[in-house]
This record gives sequence, C-alpha cells and structure tokens, in this order.
Amino acid sequence: MSQDLVEVRDLVKHFPITRGIVFQRQVGAVQAVDGVSLSVRRGESLGLVGETGCGKSTTARLIARLLEPTSGTIAFDGHDISHLKGAGLKGLRREVQMIFQDPYSSLNPRKTVGSIVGEPFAIHGLLPGAERKRAVQDLMEQVGLNPEHYNRFPHEFSGGQRQRIGVARALALRPKLIIADEPVSALDVSIQAQILNLLRNLQRDFDLTLVFIAHDLSVVRHMCDRIAVMYLGRIVELADADALFAHARHPYTGALLSAVPVPEPGGAGRSRRQILHGDVPSPTDPPPACRFHTRCPKCQPLCTQETPELARKEGGNLAACHFPLTDAEASGQTPDVPETPQTAKQGRP
Amino acid sequence: MAAGALLEVRDLRVEFDTDDGVVHAVDGVSYSVERGRALGIVGESGSGKSVSNLTVMGLTRFQGARISGEVLLDGRSLLDLPKDEMRRIRGNEIAMIFQDPLSSLHPYYRVGWQLAEAVLAHRDVSRQEAANRAVELLDMVDIPEPRRRAQAYPHEFSGGMRQRAMIAMALANDPKVLIADEPTTALDVTVQAQILELIRRLQHELDTAVVMITHDLGVIAETVDDVAVMYAGRIVERASTATIFRTPEHPYTWGLLKSIPRLDVPRDAPLVPIPGAPPSLINRPSGCHFHPRCPYVREAHTRTDPRLEPVPGDPGHSVACLLGPETRRRIWAELRAGLEPDRARRAAEAQETSA
Repeated sequence: MSQDLVEVRDLVKHFPITRGIVFQRQVGAVQAVDGVSLSVRRGESLGLVGETGCGKSTTARLIARLLEPTSGTIAFDGHDISHLKGAGLKGLRREVQMIFQDPYSSLNPRKTVGSIVGEPFAIHGLLPGAERKRAVQDLMEQVGLNPEHYNRFPHEFSGGQRQRIGVARALALRPKLIIADEPVSALDVSIQAQILNLLRNLQRDFDLTLVFIAHDLSVVRHMCDRIAVMYLGRIVELADADALFAHARHPYTGALLSAVPVPEPGGAGRSRRQILHGDVPSPTDPPPACRFHTRCPKCQPLCTQETPELARKEGGNLAACHFPLTDAEASGQTPDVPETPQTAKQGRP
Repeated sequence: MAAGALLEVRDLRVEFDTDDGVVHAVDGVSYSVERGRALGIVGESGSGKSVSNLTVMGLTRFQGARISGEVLLDGRSLLDLPKDEMRRIRGNEIAMIFQDPLSSLHPYYRVGWQLAEAVLAHRDVSRQEAANRAVELLDMVDIPEPRRRAQAYPHEFSGGMRQRAMIAMALANDPKVLIADEPTTALDVTVQAQILELIRRLQHELDTAVVMITHDLGVIAETVDDVAVMYAGRIVERASTATIFRTPEHPYTWGLLKSIPRLDVPRDAPLVPIPGAPPSLINRPSGCHFHPRCPYVREAHTRTDPRLEPVPGDPGHSVACLLGPETRRRIWAELRAGLEPDRARRAAEAQETSA
C-alpha cells in the first residue's frame, strides 16, 4: 500500500468564458487551477490556504471529483479517478466526502436530520429500516448531537449544531478521505473551537485523512500537518506546518503570514507587517512566468521571464521561487511561532 | 465618563416587538469615545453590538424599536432629534462603514458619482466641485489613478477597492465619529491588513473617533485603544486593549481568548471551546445571562443579576461578574498556566477554602 492516498499530477481546470447565446464561442478561460501537483498522505491533514480566487476550493472539488479536470491526473488509493463516470464515480463517493462552509445552505430544509444523515445509506442501498435508524443515531451521538432529535428539521438547530449534522453526514459511509471546505468560517468564534476539536477527535477515532481548506492561517496551523499555499491557481509553497511558520520561503507566504492579526496588544503584529500592494490579478489573464511577480517585493527580471518550479529550499520547504526568503527575511516578517514539542509530535502521523 | 468624550452613549436600551415576544437587543449599554481614539466592541452574533451602533446612527427608529437612554454627540442629544436634523448629522458628523461593500454601493451608478452624492447631501457645492472632491477622496484612500477610477462602476472594483471606496464615502464630509461595523470580515487577510492600516492612518491624520465593531480579537489587538466585550445585549467587560488581553476578568472574555487558535502558542495547544450556544434575546437566562455557559457558575449566579462594576485596584477596568475579584484572579492565573476550565475552577476553590 502506497503511503499516499491521493496523488495529483499537473492538474488543470479552466472554466471557459463564452460569448453569444445560440452559437457560444469561447473567448477566454478562467484558469482556476493551472498545474497543481501534490499528494495527500494517509492519515494526515493537509491544509490548502490562499486568498479568494486562488483555486483552493476548485482543487478540493477536483479531488472529490465534483468537477472533471481539464487535464492532468488524480489518483485515489492507486486508481486513476480523473475521468470516472457513472458507477465508478458513485463508488468513489463512498471513499471521499465533503463538509461545506455554510451549514445553512448545505442542508435541505424540508428533510429531517434523520433523513439527511441517513441519505448516504439510502443512495448506496445500505442498512435497511431499523438498522439505518440506529446507525444514524450512533452517528449523531458521535458528533455531539442528541440522538432523540432524529425527527427535527435543520431550522431547529443553531449554526454549530448544523455543522455537526454536516459532519455526521460526511462520516456516514466511513470514507477514507474527508474534504472540509472552510468548515468553521461561517460560525461564531465561541463555536468554531467546538467544531475544530470535533474534527480532530474524529480524525483520530476514524483514522481519517483530511484535506482542510481555510483562509484563516491560525486555524490551518492548528489543524494541519502539512500546508500548501496557493496563489492564482498554482501552489507556491508546500511544507510541514511547523516549517512553514518557522521559515517561510516564498515571499507570498511571508506576506500572508505577516498579515495575520495577532491577538496580542502592543502593535507586535504591525511592526513586522509586509503589506502587499495592489490586488490579486485576474485569473483570466494571469501574469506570465512567476504569477506573483507583479506584487512581489523581491521581484527581479528573471521572475518575469521564467516560471519557477516547485523545488526544495533550505529547511525542507518546497517553494516555487527564484529568490526565496532567507531566514532573516522570513523571521523579520512572520510572527514568532513556537514549534511543536517533539513528544507531542510523535502521536501524530 | 471622560470629560473629552466626543460620543457618549448612556444606558442605551433597544427592544423590538416580534410575534414571539420582546427581543431585548441592547440592554443598558454605556460607552464613550474621545477624539482621535478607537474603541473596539467585541461580541458574537446577537450580542447587540451592531444594533447599539445602528441606534447611535438613528437607523433603528423606523423599525419599530423601543429606544431609551441617551446618545450624546459633542454634548448634543441625538435620540430625540427630529428626523431631518438627524439626517443632517448622519453621514456628516457620524459616518459608518458597513461589512459588505458590494451591497452598500449602488451597482448602476459610477463610484465617483456616488461619492459626489455623499458630498452634495451635506454641502452647498456645485456638482463639479463635488466630483473633484470624490477624486480627492479616492486618492486619500490609496486608490491608484483616482480620476479614471471615479468613472468606474462598483463591479469593476475588487473587494478591497470597494471597501476603500466605502471608507472614502464615509469620510466625504470629515466626520467626527466613524463607526466601522466588521469592516474587514468579507476580505482576505492581506487586503484586511491594508484596510486596517488605512483606517488607523486616517484616524490619526483626521483626529476621528473610531468605533470598531468586530468578532476578531486579532483585529481588536491591532487597531483599538479600548475594548468593550458584549454578551446578550450588555457590556460584560470594559478595559484598555492591553488589559483585556493581559488580565481579563470576565469568564466570557477568558472563553473567547482560549477558544481561538493563535499563532503564538504551540500548534498542539488544545482549544477550549465555550460550551453551548449564545442565548435567545427573547427568553434570556435568569441572573447572569452567561451562567448556562459559564464553567465557574455558582448557585447564586442563576438568581442575581451582575452589574458592570469597577475592578478594585485597576482604574478604567470594569466587569459584570458575580465571582469575587480574588477568585477571578486565581482562575485566570490557572487558565493562563494552561489548566482546563474545570481544573482551574477546582484549584481556585481549593485556595479559597484554605485561605
């Protein structure tokens, strides 16, 4: 058995932009994902971070095969799933499940919790009648819902409880991989921690592999073993969580980390801040060569001519940059982050 | 409170009648902001932080709200001003930045035109002068090529630029007070950093009093001087920003601080969630409204209503909590050392009985 559960090679997803109503001509493409390669190891949690429009959600939806890639391959558990259809795709759904951002729109308001959580069983023709009810109630208990609320409707639950329903539904078929797309960003601060703790415990108990998407870097650091940073459809840096926060190599990662407001008074966060100027360029017409060069504080002529490959830099981080940050530059920008103690690390895969 | 207070809110109450009962959205809130200072109001959805500020702006009175208390701007009472006089103040002396810039800009009109409109509403100037002022405002909030950008429609702006345009509109008439309601929640972190920096710069350059409403403690730590923590329509703790983070006194504030993942603690440090969910504002819990979620609750707390009282030996810091000051200090010391709430409570109780 390979160490990697998911292997993604040169993944591309372009959404066509068309003109005309009857005869639709393609006039361009949104290059949502443009050459992403990564692997997800068994039992780990991999974080995908980046700003709006960087392609992190598209990448996740491609891995879950909610979308079909334009080119490139996705292998799940050793099988190529890039262009699965019909029964093959239905089989994949038992292995890969998603948790969505908005617990208000991702649950059918006309169905009871029991039938929402039981639906995966119904679709796959598993567990008839009373057995199914018992399985659903077990699931509800595991995610911290009262099993007696089996017959209630989503509107009778708070945001945090609804997200628990979404988690129970994702767990129902005992998938190998769960993709959580911004699972806590719609929740109140005091509730976020409840859901984050739940996901961590379930990952341990069910031996799950987790792909975790979030824009909040503190949340990703807390949840993930490895982190991939995306910018305009490409991965710019991929590293162990500790390594990424200890010594970011890509200038974009550095700027992203420095922008996180630190809940510590005294302006410690502001003084080291590297403010990026301008906006993210449009993914319909991304800059040539290194896509970050238009906003990069370290930009050189080479960056506008040659695309940097994702390669191993000092300290083990993979970064796609011709002129990676030095240790001094990295620590000048990023917050001082204590590393995980070795003893605690051993418990994690 | 302070002599130099520019905006002062005293014992503000806002209630709404609904089919299900009376919603006590704001329940006796008092705060004040001085010129050139920034006050942060933290709280979750339904804590009353937005309603209290909409009321200051006079934006709740048409919604059938029952309002009592006092709102003073430079000593002038706002709540009983007639409608048209309030309209003269709103957008002129007090301005507001809203959370979602896309829904606050009109999609049919050019950005420059909308900014000029804000100027014309309060000043007797020609349309051309107002248009020039619009360009000047766009320049002030760092929008590149402001003359060309003034001709653009909101959809041609990125999220960060729209928020800048909103800020420009709020500043159109040099307001004395700027209320920012979750100004960066819809934005990415790098853009958030730009916008917060901009608000801070303008606050100092223009000597504006800023009220920043947010749920993000990181934003609070970096942008405001004083903090009010709201829960279920009341202020439960008020102090300087440094004090709120170093020696917080209210169990809800402790809960908030312990439940967010932080970059400055080890990755494996566990998060301690606040149990339960925020209460209904129709049927509020008896006694201390936080008691059903409080790990340190005692029997009496379900009956007695705490008042916001000064913390002994800490001027400028007040808290609404029924635990004794000594007990609170002990619990926070234990929490800070990394103990879980339950063990912190037992440790503090043990010290109490031995003392």
